[in-house]
Amino acid sequence: MLRFVFRRLIAMVLTLWAVSFVAFAIIQLPPGDYLTTYLATLSSNGDRVDPATIEALRQQYGFGEPYIVQYWKWISGILGRGDFGQSFEWKAPVTTLIWGRLGNSILVEGLAVLVMWFIALPIGIYVAVKKYSLGDYLATVAGFIGLAIPNFLLALLLMYLSFVWFGTTIGGLFSSEFENARWSLPRLWDFFSHAWAPILVLATAGTAELIRILRANLLDELKKPYVTTARAKGLPEWKVVLKYPVRVALNPLVSTIGWLLPALVSSSVIVSVVLNLPTAGPLLLRSLTSQDMYLAGAIIMLLGVLTVIGTLISDLLLAWIDPRIRYGSK
Amino acid sequence: MTKPLLSINDMSIVFTSPDEPDIEAVRQVDLTLTPGKTLALVGESGCGKSVTARAVLRLLDKNADIRTGEIVYDGRDGQVDIARLKPDSTAMRSIRGAQISMIFQEPMSSLSPVHTIGNQIDEIIVLHEGLKPKQARERTIALLDQVGVPGARDRANAYPFELSGGLRQRAMIAMALACTPKLLIADEPTTALDVTTQAQILDLLRQLQDDFGMAMLFITHDLGVVAEIADDIAVMYLGDVVEQGDVFEVFKTPKHPYTQALMSSVPQLQRKADRVRLQPIKGTVPSPKDRPVGCSFTSRCPHAFGPCAGTRPERTQVSEGHMARCHLLTHTKEEALV
Ligand SMILES: Nc1ncnc2c1ncn2[C@@H]1O[C@H](COP(=O)(O)OP(=O)(O)O)[C@@H](O)[C@H]1O
Ligand code: SF4
Ligand SMILES: [Mg+2]
Repeated sequence: MLRFVFRRLIAMVLTLWAVSFVAFAIIQLPPGDYLTTYLATLSSNGDRVDPATIEALRQQYGFGEPYIVQYWKWISGILGRGDFGQSFEWKAPVTTLIWGRLGNSILVEGLAVLVMWFIALPIGIYVAVKKYSLGDYLATVAGFIGLAIPNFLLALLLMYLSFVWFGTTIGGLFSSEFENARWSLPRLWDFFSHAWAPILVLATAGTAELIRILRANLLDELKKPYVTTARAKGLPEWKVVLKYPVRVALNPLVSTIGWLLPALVSSSVIVSVVLNLPTAGPLLLRSLTSQDMYLAGAIIMLLGVLTVIGTLISDLLLAWIDPRIRYGSK
Repeated sequence: MTKPLLSINDMSIVFTSPDEPDIEAVRQVDLTLTPGKTLALVGESGCGKSVTARAVLRLLDKNADIRTGEIVYDGRDGQVDIARLKPDSTAMRSIRGAQISMIFQEPMSSLSPVHTIGNQIDEIIVLHEGLKPKQARERTIALLDQVGVPGARDRANAYPFELSGGLRQRAMIAMALACTPKLLIADEPTTALDVTTQAQILDLLRQLQDDFGMAMLFITHDLGVVAEIADDIAVMYLGDVVEQGDVFEVFKTPKHPYTQALMSSVPQLQRKADRVRLQPIKGTVPSPKDRPVGCSFTSRCPHAFGPCAGTRPERTQVSEGHMARCHLLTHTKEEALV
């Protein structure tokens, strides 16, 4: 097991290095750089810019230097000083911009994942055990609706309904007085009174998907002889189902927990914009359109870290629950 | 004769399906099991042996229906008709594993791949005997030792995929015997194993039967295995039990034409010059839906006559404990020749 973890850690470092390289390449890919975008905005406003100033800026940020040199400046700053560079647009260090946002993202989306499993697990088991029952059909229909409705539409719908029914607007994650406060009980309460909507919205499609996969996996497992063996022992049916086929059917799903988190961050961008959530998604979108490369690079890099850590967690979980993998990897 | 432990009388089992006609997989099964004895249930594959065996523990799929007949079990709490119990009822579950247990053909897929064999055996002991997990594990280790698993204490922590086929089947047997059942049902327990292992497992089962004194219903399609392990034999053809009796008597004087055909299709060890050509049974097994109303063997029987296709033959006693269903037994030769 230890060797397994160790090998995974090495693979993780290498992956992250590759991610950083590619991330940096991608944010440099569009023609021009932040300065060209910046100058274009200025001149469209009718301002004139002194070429000397431009040249000074160019020097300071290292624009125009070879890719490798720029990459090296960037990555050594991150590794050496934890310095992700400056955001051109916000005129602030990237680090001060992203931590709060990323924390919010992980919180909201982590909760969405929890809600997803909490709803999908019992329903998925139920519909597989009661195949072709009324409940099964209802869950299937509801599931397809859940999959078919775009998240942002659901978000708009919830906003509309909560306005019409309760006279409140939902949006954001905190009321203004709690925006920058420290965590406390009232702030937690405030958070949940805002966050239920985005959490629900983010969880729907995933829940529907999870139910479908769980149902299919479980239907396969329920047919296996070891289930009959368990019944032949005299166990009650619910115990038979929960201890044996459910356990095996969950294995492939556990491996998806890891990459759920980063997938949710990127898929939640539109919802976050619609619901005005201070999460990382909208920030990434903005930074990409304005070619705010250090900010964009930092977010992409951190998403990469999330992915890799998530995958590691999945692998460890999988090795923990499935002896065939644990022993196969010796 | 001792009181039977379990008798199945005139049982039929029908599989229903929403968009296909019903299949009567088992039409007329009569079996009698006696304590301490082994009954071998033989027949070609697909004739309904497994379905019959599963019916005894009510382990059939939800679309199966025991239409007629009874499964009378004379157990701890007096006589019960298992055919009338609900599959997931407490009454049925207190029989499963504790009084009647079962081992299966495929020891790999019949054990959970993600639980240790110790865990899977402990469970049944904790369930039926209410032992603490620690005590249950001690019992498990003793059982594994008894069924010939070397290094039982360590092997209890092994997963099925870490064991050979033979050891897995031994673990299965240990699990089945964990609560000293009165009846062990073994559904082709050696079919998936190689010949040497097969012989070892048969030896083991025979020896365990002596130790535990349980009755055994042993399903196989291999007459060689029957000769080795069985006291009684029941022959099944296309959902019907056509003959049951003492294994020597049935081997020596089979009464039903299907049993006769089955016996003469087994190769016998003889010098080459003396060998006679084997006589395979002509024709093929029809599917249950093409089965004649009368005797199911009509389409392939060399002696078929008047009443065979239309009337089901009565269960006829040939001698003490030897029964067969064939019109030849109740009609005179003259009638048969008409
Ligand atoms: N779940 C099922 N649904 C429909 N038919 C079945 C089912 N299980 C078994 N059968 C039918 O029962 C017949 C007997 O099967 P089985 O008892 O497994 O034969 P065997 O004697 O080889 O053990 C098969 O021919 C099959 O058509
Ligand atoms: S009843 Fe008729 S068909 Fe059936 S075995 Fe006897 S003789 Fe043959
Ligand atoms: Mg079978």
